[in-house]
Formats: sequence, C-alpha cells, structure tokens
Amino acid sequence: MLWTKKDLLGLEYLSKEEIELILETAESFKEVTTREIKKVPALRGKTVVNLFYEPSTRTRISFEVAAKRLSADVINIAVETSSVRKGETLIDTGKNIQALKADILVVRHNCSGAPALLARSLAINVVNAGDGWHEHPTQALLDIFTLREKLGRIEGLRVVIVGDIAHSRVCRSNIWGLSKLGAKVTVCAPTMLIPPGIEEMGAANCCAVSCDIDEALKDADAVNVLRMQFERDELTAFPQQLEYFKNYGITEERLKRAKKNIIVMHPGPINRGIEIASEVADGANSVILEQVTNGIAVRMAVLFLVAQAQDKNAQ
Amino acid sequence: MKLLIKNSRVIDPANNRDEILDILVEDGKITKLAKDIDLSVQETIEAAGKIALPALVDMHVHLREPGREDKETIESGTLAALKGGVASVLAMPNTDPAMDSVENIRMLKERIKNSSYAHVYICGSITKGRCGEESTGIAKLKNEGAIAISDDGASVDNEELLLKALLEAKEYKLPVICHCEDKKLSNRGVMNLGIISTRLGLRGISRESEYKRVERDVLLAERISSPIHITHLSCKESVEIIARAKKKTIMVTCDTAPHYFSLTEEALLDYDTNMKMTPPLRTKDDVTAIRQALKDGTIDAIASDHAPQTVNEKEIEFERAEFGVIGLETLLSVSITELVETGILSFSELIKRAALNPARILKINKGTLSIGADADIAIIDPHKQWTVRKEEIVSRSKNSSFLGRQLKGVVEYTIVNGICRRFSHSL
Repeated sequence: MLWTKKDLLGLEYLSKEEIELILETAESFKEVTTREIKKVPALRGKTVVNLFYEPSTRTRISFEVAAKRLSADVINIAVETSSVRKGETLIDTGKNIQALKADILVVRHNCSGAPALLARSLAINVVNAGDGWHEHPTQALLDIFTLREKLGRIEGLRVVIVGDIAHSRVCRSNIWGLSKLGAKVTVCAPTMLIPPGIEEMGAANCCAVSCDIDEALKDADAVNVLRMQFERDELTAFPQQLEYFKNYGITEERLKRAKKNIIVMHPGPINRGIEIASEVADGANSVILEQVTNGIAVRMAVLFLVAQAQDKNAQ
Repeated sequence: MKLLIKNSRVIDPANNRDEILDILVEDGKITKLAKDIDLSVQETIEAAGKIALPALVDMHVHLREPGREDKETIESGTLAALKGGVASVLAMPNTDPAMDSVENIRMLKERIKNSSYAHVYICGSITKGRCGEESTGIAKLKNEGAIAISDDGASVDNEELLLKALLEAKEYKLPVICHCEDKKLSNRGVMNLGIISTRLGLRGISRESEYKRVERDVLLAERISSPIHITHLSCKESVEIIARAKKKTIMVTCDTAPHYFSLTEEALLDYDTNMKMTPPLRTKDDVTAIRQALKDGTIDAIASDHAPQTVNEKEIEFERAEFGVIGLETLLSVSITELVETGILSFSELIKRAALNPARILKINKGTLSIGADADIAIIDPHKQWTVRKEEIVSRSKNSSFLGRQLKGVVEYTIVNGICRRFSHSL
C-alpha cells in the first residue's frame, strides 16, 4: 500500500487501506517517541506551517511537536478572524505561504470546506486540522489509534459518541473512520443536537442514533465524550447544563451499568461536571491523556505520508 | 430593411405552429410566414435543419445596474441574454438604489435606452429600499414604466403590507412576483438542510422556509382574488401547494430556474460556491417533482434567476460566498438538454414555458412569431453540442453552475426588432 494523496482533508475521502496505513505508520512513529532522542530526520529541510483561524492549543501544539520530531521547521500563524473583517482572502494567504516555500500547510478554520478550498488552489500539501462542523481527521485518527491499541482491533467494536453531534467535526470524522474499519457507531444526544440524515453517514448501516445514553452504553466497547460548548449561539436555546449532565453526562453510576472495561475517550479540553464526571475523566477506564500522546504519533504519520506523496509526485 | 430566414423549422406555440417555413422580417416586424418566399432582401439566413423560435423572455434577471456594475451592466447582461437566445428580460429591482421611486426608474430607463442590446423591462419594488416596511406606491411606478413589482431577494414579512400591495397591483393590473422565503426559518443557512448539509458541516436551509411562505402568499392571493406569481420554485411541497391552488382556480402562476430541474444538493459535495444560491439546490425527489410540474403545466415558466457575482465574492470560503449563479447564456441549452432530450417536454412546450408564458404573465406583447409581431427570433441548431467555458462567457461574471458541462442546442442567431446578431460557440 502506497500513500498517493497530496492532502488530508477528511476521513470521508480515505479508503479503509489508507486509514490502516496511517495507523501502521503511526505505530512505528510512536516507538520513536519512546526513545531517548525522540527525533528522526524524515522531514529535515521541510517547512510545516500551522495556519490557525480558530483558537486552539492542543491541536496546534500536537502538530508542532509532531513536525519537530520529524526534524521539520515549524512556523505558527494565528489569524484573528471575524466575519466582518475584510482582509486578505484565504486563497491569497495560502499562496503567500506557498511562495515562502513552505511544504506542508496545516490549517484550522471555522468555515467548513476551507481546507478543501486551499487544497484546490495550492500545490503544497494541505492537512485539515479541523474545519467548521465538517471534519477533524487527525483527531478521529488518534481516537481510532488509541482504541485499536487498547482493544487490539476496530472491526466489530461498538462505539458511542455522545454530545453536541450537530456541531461536531470530531464526530463526523469518527463516523467515517470507524465505520470504514468495520465498527458500529451510535451517536447519542438530545434530539435537537442530532443533525438530519446522520444515520446515513459513513459506511452503509454503521451509524445509529439514540437519545438514551444508558441504552446506548449497554453493549458499548467505548464511549467518546464530546465537549459541550454551551456558550455557542446554537446552544443558547438549550436546557440547563445541569440538566444535560443529569441526562447525558458520563458518570461512574452510568459506567457501572456498562461493560466493565469500556474505554472512555474525550477529544479535550474536558469540562468536568458538564459532560463528564471528574472521577470518570481520571478513572481507570479513561484513556484521555493517552489520546494526547498518541496524537503526536498520528500527526507524525500524516505529515510524513503527505510529504512523501509530494516527493513521489515531483519525481 | 428586410431579412429573410429560409427553410427553418418554425416553432411558435402561440399559433400552434411547427413546420418548415420561410420568415420574412420587414422594418423590425414579422410580415410573412410561408414556404419558399422568393424575394430579394438585404440579408438572408439559410436555416435548413435549424429551428426558428420566438426569442426567450426571461422574467427573472439581475442586471446589477445601477450600483454593482462590477458584477454586470445593462450592456454586458443584455449581450449575454442575446447569446442565450433571450431577447426580453425583466430586470429585478434589488439594485443600488432599489427601483422604489419614480426618479430611480427614470434613471434606469435612461441607462437602458443608452446601452441595452435587448428589451429590458423594469420590475419595481414593493417596499421602499426593499426593506418590507413602507409601500413604494405602485401606481406611480407603473406610470413611470414598471411592468411588475417584487421585493425579490426578500419576501415581504408583513402580511398587511403585502395584502395592500396585492390589492393595489390588482387595480392597476400589475403582476406581483414573490420570492418565497421565511428568513427566520432559513436561519442563516447556506444550502439545503439534509443529509448533505450534515455531511459537509454546513448550516442548512429548511424546505419549510420556502413552502410555508408559498402557502401564505397563495392564501393571501386567494383571499382577495388577485393574481400572484411565485418565482424560483425549488421544492416538491411548493409544487404541491401551487397544484392545489390551481385546482381551486386561484390566480397563481409560477416559475422555476434551470438549476432546479437539473442539479441536486449533491453538486455541493466539494464546496463549489457556483452551486450556492437561494433557494438552494434540493434533492433528487425535488428535481423529479419540478420536472413533472413543468410537464403537467403546474409550473408555467422557466426563468434564469441570472445573478452575477464577482470572483472575489465566490472564490472564498463557502459560508462566506455570495448566493446566486448566472444563467442567461445557458437557460435555453440546459432546458433542451434536461427537458427536451429527456422527453419531458417537446420543443413547443419548452418554448411556451420559456417565451410565451412569461410574456403572458408579464402582459407584454412578446413570445410569438405572429404576423405583425416584433421580430424577436432565435435561430438554434438543436443537434449541435457546446461546452460551457469560463473564457467564453459574455456576462461580466462567470459564476455558472454549468461550467464544463456539455449542453445540447446552440443559439446561432438572436434577432431583436429585426436586427440580427450572430454567435459562435466553440464546440
């Protein structure tokens, strides 16, 4: 299996084999991160630009660490955005970065489809670090990597994703990735946070919808708890936070009724007491910090593979 | 000045005509239709194998002048119309300033006189500044030359205000054109609400935002027995409401645009902003319903909703891009490709919907090839194909949903008032 794609825009656009290749590549890079000298020269002489139109700490740092461990030079650009601000267009910004001879552009944007627009307009690699409500492929890849590491497989697993499904790019990427690898996904949220047609997403008949978290958790192998952002416009009409925690929050009480070894994941940053109880976040089932560590290996794999495809295309 | 069109298949639904004839044009009028007219004239067009049809009447066009001449001008827009076989357009009033006063309409008339290649009719606005708050005064707009009124781009939210406008328009026999959208329900959406908006992570526009407003407007028209025209129908429910209204003999007419019978929301899967318009592209079921409604006559007319937008407003993030697509140059060919070639409409039925019916709705003396009619004629080669290419678009803006598409039916000549213009397409 050879990687040929210039860009990573989403898991929707990858085959099962391509996802597996990223996971396998990430495994060998994970080994690198355990060495005394945690660095390989794979991207020496290359420049990775992190272009972030949305505030993000962990994803940006994770990409930065990943790029540095591959010996690439890293430049971080944080762009202040507001819909009224009339500045340089996205394509112009991208072309300028390309003209500075950057090799890989990692982009986080509040507009769905922004990385696709850049990928179409630029010859350099574009990696989606999260776009609007659309996809966050490296987050889903690290979730899947962590699950696979813990449970030895993805095929046949039952994974529950709970939270603000409607506005979650993490959820969408997970549905594509998990279902392509043969897992069954149940998305769980109050009805108003379930977008239309979500059950038709992913591979055929792999996604189900539930409004009852206890029912959904019954035979689940893992639960991915999404961050609830009550401050966003779309949730202003939403019932009280406490009400949400009562009905959907992941608590010890709830986990007692689930499989004993259920894996608890969260893309972070976590809101303790809002979507997840502290005891669970810090408990034996939680792999939240391992996800962060694995994120580096996964992002190393992605940067490495897209750069390699570019070099091959150039030849 | 005499012009003779030889041996074309003349299709004129107004006169139930479909036969091979010669057409004689004298001083801008059609003066004779017969076989083998043998006359010495200044200009002869040999049109064997071609179709001569009444040039199209496009009742929904944004010429953008005055105010946004960077997108389109009367000159560039009417030239684009001719290239598409369209000789008459209704210019929508969402210009800057809006067509809400006698002075503004007078200024527009002056500009049309100076720079138009086709017949441009003026649509006045229902409310001042199209803000939905204060009536413009329909009588005086009509006296100045407006032939219809509309707040296009917006629906008049205030029912009392719309009712008053309908009553006044009825008295002055002026068509009222309604853009049906409840902006509270469309909720800042950028595409059809459904599985594809979920996949793309884009905010959706519900079907209710359209059809609930269609329902309201039709009921208002019924209440005061006044005619009403609903523009750019896009969804199945709207079609059903219109079909029921027509059965009850409510005086409702409606149109749709070529993209609504040829494209679905799936065209947005790669965030192509040339597929972004209001109402949005809907589902396969909706396309089927629109096609069926065109066939059975529930939908009376086809109009382009030609909405030019600059590159700067389109080649940006999808959510931030402007709504709207151009359509004058592809109106006829897309209709031939999607409706005639597929057997949904005959040529004659298509011409009825794209020329005769819009002329009747607007009460203008166009859309026919009757003796004595203005010589507005399109001559097309129905067998030839052409490809829509950005470089060849005449409109000042290039935001077509059909870029790269191969279409059937090439407009070779468009004649306006007996003056002939020839077009070449690269095939």
